[in-house]
Amino acid sequence: MKLVRGLLSLGVGLALSGALVAQDIAVRAQRLHTVSGAVIENGVVLVRSGKISAVGRASEVQIPSGMRTLAAAVVTPGLIDAHSVVGLAGYLNQPQDQDQHDPAAPIQPELRAIDAYNARERLIEWLRGFGVTTIHTGHGPLALISGQTLIAKTRGDTVDESVFVPCAMIAATLGADSRAEGPGKSPGTAGKQVALLREAFLAAREHQRKLREAGDDAAKKPERNLRHEALIDVLERRVPLLVTAQRHQDISSALRLAREFDFALVLDGASEAYVVLDEIKAAGVSVIAHPPMARFGGELENASRATPKKLADAGLRFAFQSGYESYVPKTRVVLYEAAIAAANGLGADAALRAITLDAARILGVDARIGSLEVGKDGDLALYDGDPFEYTTHCTATVIEGVLVSEGAR
Amino acid sequence: MNRASLPLLVVALSLSTPTSKAQDKPLAFVGARVLPIASAPIEDGVLVVQRGRIEAVGARASVALPVDAVVIDVKGKVLMPGLVDTHSHVGGGWGADGSAPIQPGVRMLDAVDCRDAGLQRAQAGGITTLNIMSGSGHLMSGQTIYVKNRDVGDIEQMCYRFVDGAPMGGMKMANGTNSQQDPPFPGTRGKSAALVRESFVAAQEYQRKLEAAAGDASKLPPRDLALEGLLEVLSGKRVVHHHTHRHDDILTVLRLSNEFGFRVVLHHVSEAWKVADEIASEQVPCSLIVIDTPGGKLEAMDFDARSAAELEKRGAASLVAFHTDDWITDSRLFLRSAALAVRAGLSRDTALAALTVNPARMLDLSDKIGTLERGKDADFIVLSGDPLSVWTHVEATWVAGEKVFDRANEKDRLWADGGWGAGQDRVGGLCCLGDREVR
Repeated sequence: MKLVRGLLSLGVGLALSGALVAQDIAVRAQRLHTVSGAVIENGVVLVRSGKISAVGRASEVQIPSGMRTLAAAVVTPGLIDAHSVVGLAGYLNQPQDQDQHDPAAPIQPELRAIDAYNARERLIEWLRGFGVTTIHTGHGPLALISGQTLIAKTRGDTVDESVFVPCAMIAATLGADSRAEGPGKSPGTAGKQVALLREAFLAAREHQRKLREAGDDAAKKPERNLRHEALIDVLERRVPLLVTAQRHQDISSALRLAREFDFALVLDGASEAYVVLDEIKAAGVSVIAHPPMARFGGELENASRATPKKLADAGLRFAFQSGYESYVPKTRVVLYEAAIAAANGLGADAALRAITLDAARILGVDARIGSLEVGKDGDLALYDGDPFEYTTHCTATVIEGVLVSEGAR
Repeated sequence: MNRASLPLLVVALSLSTPTSKAQDKPLAFVGARVLPIASAPIEDGVLVVQRGRIEAVGARASVALPVDAVVIDVKGKVLMPGLVDTHSHVGGGWGADGSAPIQPGVRMLDAVDCRDAGLQRAQAGGITTLNIMSGSGHLMSGQTIYVKNRDVGDIEQMCYRFVDGAPMGGMKMANGTNSQQDPPFPGTRGKSAALVRESFVAAQEYQRKLEAAAGDASKLPPRDLALEGLLEVLSGKRVVHHHTHRHDDILTVLRLSNEFGFRVVLHHVSEAWKVADEIASEQVPCSLIVIDTPGGKLEAMDFDARSAAELEKRGAASLVAFHTDDWITDSRLFLRSAALAVRAGLSRDTALAALTVNPARMLDLSDKIGTLERGKDADFIVLSGDPLSVWTHVEATWVAGEKVFDRANEKDRLWADGGWGAGQDRVGGLCCLGDREVR
């Protein structure tokens, strides 16, 4: 694939006497949402070698002669799905395409998402068709610690071509979805869930202490332990702990754990966040909110479509997710989810920011994606109208200057 | 067989006369863009309702308001018929159990929790009539119930009635993968069809015995609830509502329907686009599901939202409806399903008909609901704007002339938005009647 791309760029370059490569593209927009700055009417974005080289009014930015040029009514940065299981969970929903959860043990932070990610999964192509260019995906919210997550572009034929953050977070879950039921099964209660997590972190801390004491002395080093190593990454704040918690008491438990072990926490789901807004704000924690169209039952019985607006009003940083679905639809689409929040008090601008720049910030990749700024990746979504309107189509998706999806969807 | 033109064997009885005293006075809704569905949109329209029925619909200039009418200004709003959901699972009811794959004697009437929060959410979504069904885990999971979404807390008062006074509903059937399980359930598609055929043959035999008895009680076969249910299907009284997704499963339904002559509405029909010619030429009604992503199960892997448009192209627009399958699609998002079909190529007119008059026809209720016409039930919704826009909200839902949902009412708003306590089942008729009386 890389070879093919290289040859292609060479060919195009020769044909156009040297100046342009395959990852060069220009996009004109009647309304250009840069997200980092003001909306530009009649805007142009230039992408050279996959990176944005110019953004501005059509009158200010000249499109180089011969450069492939797309046009649309509305153009936004490529959308970011801040939490998904797509690529590990496949669309057929059969045992052979479901790798988001291994039920052998409640705590398995050593499970790497890169070892399970299927870059050719049809759901990835599906999301790309709506303008989603980046997904944060991996092990699902189905175990106390189900494993690692990754961040990938929705292109590429292999994990290496797609993934740009191999271990983004470690996924933990409190509440019903990670509870085991029946005699002899554990964790069976909320108290036990937190106790098991504390024990795991204490064990990792002990391992960390031994490693530090050993220093460079190989003879004194403890035996390698993949589980402890993964949690040490959390304890040393290299990797955040993503905690899915819907009930307010579970959200509080996650905040308490983060205080005890001083890890970087990202709250996920958080359907009752509106009950504990002050607590979340005081902790400086970001939220990857549940899909506004998630089913309002079970632990989400108190979920509200007004939550995103309340998070915004409280000054919290938040993003949207497609989330985990066990049945139909097998994945949600963040464009659709943000639309519902937008129409229920959040407003279009804040909703768009939540699926672009704020998602990038929460994922720690805003230096590279999330807005249309010179130097960032040339990831763009093109629409024939208001992106959030039900009847609008995504007409094209561009990733790093390459047109990866076209045709109205 | 042309199913669409089948003579209506069944005419639904009116619901018991609405009781609210408030409705004795006519209500006139004035100034909205009115979408009667039965006719062209009316700018600056008027809708007059009284005693649960529609008295008049038309342009402001053409409708004389009754002198005692309470005038309600709805300028800037859109007013259209209440939505009809042909396929819902709200109410938490289960029909048949795991003892057998075919249980036509089981009734949803006996299973629905009419105080379920889902019914309140359906009101918030503009749904005024629902076909509440049991699941698709059986070849035949029982008798469905057609429900008027009123706040009365009594399923008997909520259900529509057949002419004989019995609670009105269809028969839920399924084929494909959901109903294939370990014995006594079928393990294959062939076995599924064979079991269904055996059941209908048994019903035909039962019918013969009944006829042979010629009214002589001593010769009558013993009563059999399951066979009685099947006879109501064979006679055309009870429409089959058939879960089916894959193209070959869809054609199997048509084959069985033709063999036994039962009336059928195809439900979900994920692969309708593959067999749109066959569906259109046989004039079979289709209640389509719209999901955000194909897959999630094998038989939905080729779901395509273009199905409605493909049927429309073949002249089958009047045969298209949508449904929520709540809890697959939340009842509050029913309008969205039609909008997504428009995104996939369906005309706006058909999309609106597919939420109102077309599904009403599928439930044999189009003489009472589905359009805004004089004499029909006063079931309608007030919208803040274009019904197919994400930015539009259902502002009020009226059922039989009573306001059952008001977005401006804090208690009702809880059903629309969700929030603390929104998951708790209750019924407005008991908790909030005072708020709902029209003055």
